[in-house]
Amino acid sequence: MMYVDERELLAPLAGAGESAYARLRAGLAERADREGLLDVAYRVVDSPVGQLLLAATPRGLVRVAYASEGHDAVLARLADLVSPRVLRAPARLDVAARELDEYFAGLRRRFDLPLDLGLSRGFRRAVLTHLRDIAYGATESYSVVAAAAGSPAAVRAAGTACATNPLPVVVPCHRVVRSDGSIGRYVGGAAAKRTLLALEAAA
Amino acid sequence: MADHGAAVLRVCRAILGAQDAEDAWSETFLAALRAYPTLRPDSDVRAWLVTIAHRKAVDGYRARRRAPTPSSEIPDRVEAGGAAPDVADEALARAVRALPFKQRAAVAYRYLADMSYRDVAELLGGSEAAARRSAADGIATLRRSYRQEETP
Repeated sequence: MMYVDERELLAPLAGAGESAYARLRAGLAERADREGLLDVAYRVVDSPVGQLLLAATPRGLVRVAYASEGHDAVLARLADLVSPRVLRAPARLDVAARELDEYFAGLRRRFDLPLDLGLSRGFRRAVLTHLRDIAYGATESYSVVAAAAGSPAAVRAAGTACATNPLPVVVPCHRVVRSDGSIGRYVGGAAAKRTLLALEAAA
Repeated sequence: MADHGAAVLRVCRAILGAQDAEDAWSETFLAALRAYPTLRPDSDVRAWLVTIAHRKAVDGYRARRRAPTPSSEIPDRVEAGGAAPDVADEALARAVRALPFKQRAAVAYRYLADMSYRDVAELLGGSEAAARRSAADGIATLRRSYRQEETP
């Protein structure tokens, strides 16, 4: 008989089981949620700007991430910053997913779901809080945002706060553009920013 | 933790029947979620999870026998029940489950969970050399029983 490597011999056991595994994970997330052991629930939804990762703590939606940010990397970071008890638990994000659907369909102008801004502190948090007051379809310049957040001189910092917004789309950093009218940069890429602004202009 | 979920499930399946494996997996991860805050940050998470799974497996056997059994005296035969429906190779799964418990566990912990022989020995009791021997014996038996079945 030919020599076979141990792992090669066992390879048939190493693959497969995807459907059973998905079912087990779902069951685990449910039980963990019931027992208060689920600190970060997440799911991935499709959208016109690509797949979005949604993550929530018991306090509210804590993170929205574009595919370009690397969903695995974002989850690993949440495990470090919030809690390693991170599980895929779609039901916990039903409301967020539905509101995003409505938003992308042009049917929703404001998100009214609880948010957990715990990933942001200080000036960045002040900026995020102000961003929520920029009306649907409107835009503001970075300098106006800096002033509104309490530090008129902190224009660059306002830009950084937008670039590091943990809740893009829901906290509308896409509504902040450069004072010369050009679109500026965006965490999900300039194309995604254009898509969102065009959507809001059309609705 | 999720990174290790699939590996731990493979281990559970190799050492238990399909249904017991799923129960053991769920119990393992619930226990792990409860205990996570006490885990030292530099720990080997996969080895830790397999350790919990091993204890769950041992507990399961004990409960079924309704009598206390030292972990070194787990019955060798696994109850019927077949492999999980989507395990690719039923013959191999059967061959693994036909191994004596120590060999089966040593093979699973070493080759499906990639644990060191030192960690395997700690779980199974006995020396590192004994763990190495158990895994080697198990693999040798699998080569004979399973590969022969396949190759004419």
